[in-house]
Amino acid sequence: MKCIKDKEERIDVYGERGRLQLKANPKDVRTGVFYIDGDVAAAEGALAAGCKFLGGYPITPSTEAAEAFAKRAPQVGAIFIQMEDELGSISSVMGASLSGRKAMTITSGPGFSLMMETIGLGAMLELPFVIINIQRGGPSTGVPTSTGQADMMQARWGSQGDYEVITLSPDSPQESFDFTVKAFNLAEKYRCPVMLMSDECVGHMTEKVIIPEASEIPIEPRRWFKGKKSDYAPYKPDKDLVPPMVKAGDGYKLYISALEHNEKGYPVSIKDLIEGKHKSSAKRLVDKIRVNADKIIELKEEGLDDAEVVVISYGITSRVAIRAIELARKAGIKVGNLRLVTVWPFPDKRIVELSKKVKGFVVPEINYGQIVFEVERCTHGNSNVILVPHGGGSVHSPDDILAAIKQVAKEKKRYNGVFEFATVLERQIFGSGAK
Amino acid sequence: MKEIKHPMDFYLRMDRIPHIWCPGCGIGLVASAFVAAMEKAKLDEEKVSVVSGIGCTGRFAGYIKLDSFHTTHGRAIPFATGLKLANPELKVVVVSGDGDLVSIGGNHLIHAARRNIDMTVVCVNNFIYAMTGGQVAPTTPLTAYTTTSPYGNFEPPSNIPQIVEAAGAVYVARWTALHIRRLTNSIYEALNKPGFSFVEVISPCAQYYSRINRLGDGLDMMKFYHENSVIKHGESTDNLHIDYQKEIIVGKFVDRERPTYIESYKKWLGK
Repeated sequence: MKCIKDKEERIDVYGERGRLQLKANPKDVRTGVFYIDGDVAAAEGALAAGCKFLGGYPITPSTEAAEAFAKRAPQVGAIFIQMEDELGSISSVMGASLSGRKAMTITSGPGFSLMMETIGLGAMLELPFVIINIQRGGPSTGVPTSTGQADMMQARWGSQGDYEVITLSPDSPQESFDFTVKAFNLAEKYRCPVMLMSDECVGHMTEKVIIPEASEIPIEPRRWFKGKKSDYAPYKPDKDLVPPMVKAGDGYKLYISALEHNEKGYPVSIKDLIEGKHKSSAKRLVDKIRVNADKIIELKEEGLDDAEVVVISYGITSRVAIRAIELARKAGIKVGNLRLVTVWPFPDKRIVELSKKVKGFVVPEINYGQIVFEVERCTHGNSNVILVPHGGGSVHSPDDILAAIKQVAKEKKRYNGVFEFATVLERQIFGSGAK
Repeated sequence: MKEIKHPMDFYLRMDRIPHIWCPGCGIGLVASAFVAAMEKAKLDEEKVSVVSGIGCTGRFAGYIKLDSFHTTHGRAIPFATGLKLANPELKVVVVSGDGDLVSIGGNHLIHAARRNIDMTVVCVNNFIYAMTGGQVAPTTPLTAYTTTSPYGNFEPPSNIPQIVEAAGAVYVARWTALHIRRLTNSIYEALNKPGFSFVEVISPCAQYYSRINRLGDGLDMMKFYHENSVIKHGESTDNLHIDYQKEIIVGKFVDRERPTYIESYKKWLGK
C-alpha cells in the first residue's frame, strides 16, 4: 500500500537525490509563478537550496512551512520527520547535517526558546543548519496567531556562551523564498547557525512568488575536506577561519565534542586554558563572523544621501515604514530608508557613519525595544535615536512612525539616548509617565 | 623494546587515555564489553557512529575510536535519529547514563522506541547523577541517600526496561557491569538487531553513591550487584523494579520483530 497517489512522482528517498549537490537540481526547484504564502515560499526555498532533511514540531504560525515540506519531501528524496518536541527536532537536524544532508527546522517563539541549548551545540560543533523562525507575539504563549518581532535578541544571544549567528529578515513571500536559499548558502559557507527571522505577517501573507529556474539559483557547496585522511583535524580552520568538513561514515573516525576542544576536536584541560596553550574555541566562533561581516551584511538603502532622518527597520515593519516615509516626504522632511536584510551580524560601520551626518534615527519594531539599542550603541551620541515600539499582535500604524519622524526632524536638543528621547507611547514603557 | 598493544586498542582512542572515570567505576567495563561486541559483530567500523549525551557515561564517545559524538544533555537519541535517518548505511549506537537517557532525555527514549528507529542504546545505570556530585536520579532506589535526598529517597524509581518495552523497543536486556561475557553477548545481539534495541547495565558509582550509602568500594559494589542478581530470561518487564540493595533481575526480556522506521518510510513513501 502506498499513500502517495500513483500519478505523483515517487523516488527512492535514499537515492542520489538526497545527497549534497553542487548545483540546484531542476527537479527540486518548483520553477514558476505562484500565489503562495511566506511559510510555503520558505519551504520551497529550502527545497530549491537542496535541503533534504527537516526535523520539525508543529507550532503556529509556522506549520504551513512544515506541511509544505512534508508533502514534497518524498518527491525530491528528502526526509521529513515530526519529532516529539523542539528539543528533538533541532537535535535531529544536527545529526542529519553531520550525516551529510542539508538540514533545517521550522518553528516559532516558544519552540525557538526550547531549541536554544542545541543552537549553542550547533554553533560549538560548527554544523551547517538553518532555522526558520516565524515569529509571533510573546512572551510565552502570547499571541500565537499573530505577528511579533521580539525574538531578535534571543536569536543573537539565546544560547549560553559566546558565538555569532547570521539572521535574515524577509518582508514578503518572495523574500521568504530568496532568503531561505541565501540562508542555506551562508550556513554552508560559515558553518554557524543561520536563521530566517520571518514573522506571522510575512508567513501568512499570500502574494506572487516567482521561483526562478534552477540554473539561476546559486548554491554554496559544502566545504569538504580535500587533504589526506590522516591529516584531518575537524577544527583546523581555513584562512577565513572556517574549518572544512567531513561527514559521519566516511572513515575519519571523527570525534567532535561540545566541550571546549582543540583542533583535533578533543576536549582541552583547564590547565592548558589557564597557561594559554589553548585559545578558547569561542574566539574563533566569534571571529569567523566578525572578520567576514562586511561580506555577510546586506542592507537595502534608499534616499540616504541627503537624509536628515533615517528610518531603520527590518522584516514586515519595513513595509509599513515605506508608507510613513512617503507621508513624511510629502510633508517636506528629508527621510532616508535603511532596511536591515541581515540584522545579525549588525551593520555597526554603516550606522556609525550615518550617525555623524544625520539628525537622528527612527527605529520601529514590533517589540518594546531590541534593535533600537544596537542602533543607539552605534551612534556614539552623535545623533538622536527614537524607538517606535509596538506590541505583538499587529503591525504598526504608519502614523506612529510618521509622528516619530516629525519629532526627530524638528528636535534641536541632543538627548541622552532612547530612554530620555521618547515618543508619547514610549514614556509609558520607560516609566517616565504619560503626557 | 617492542611496544605491546592490547588487541582492543584498535577501537580505543589511546591518545586520550588515561580516562576520567574513577577507580571502581563500571563504565570502563561497559566500554570493554562494547568493544568486544564490536569485534565479534565484525561491523564495518567506518560506518559505526557512537553518540553520547552528558554525564560520566556521556564521556564514553570520547574514548571510542569510531565516529563519535559528544552532544548535549539528554539529546543523544534525537541527534542519533538525525544521523541515522539522513544516512541509513550508518550503524548508530547511543551510550549514555540513566539521568541523560531516562530523565532529561526521557521523551526522546520513548519516541525513538515507538518509532523503532534502528539504533542500539546502552544505558549505564548507576542510580545517581555522578558527574555533578551525586544527586538523586529517576533511578535512585527508594530510601537510598544522595546529596539531594539527604533524608533518603522517597520517589519511586523508573523501571527502565518496562518503559522501553511499553514504548516499543524490539530488544531489551539488563546486566550488571560484572556480567562481562553476557553483557558483551547482549550488546552483540543488540547491534545485530534491526530496530530499537536497548541494554541496561547496572554499574557501581564507587564515589558518590557508595560513599553516602556506605556500600564499600567499587569492587564490593560490583560483587554485590553480581551476586545479588538473578538471571531470568523472558521475565515480564513489570517485575524489574530495583529495590535498595536487594535482588536485581537480569537477563534478556524482550526480543521481538517490528518494522523499523526506515523500512516503514521506504514502504510508505518511497519507491
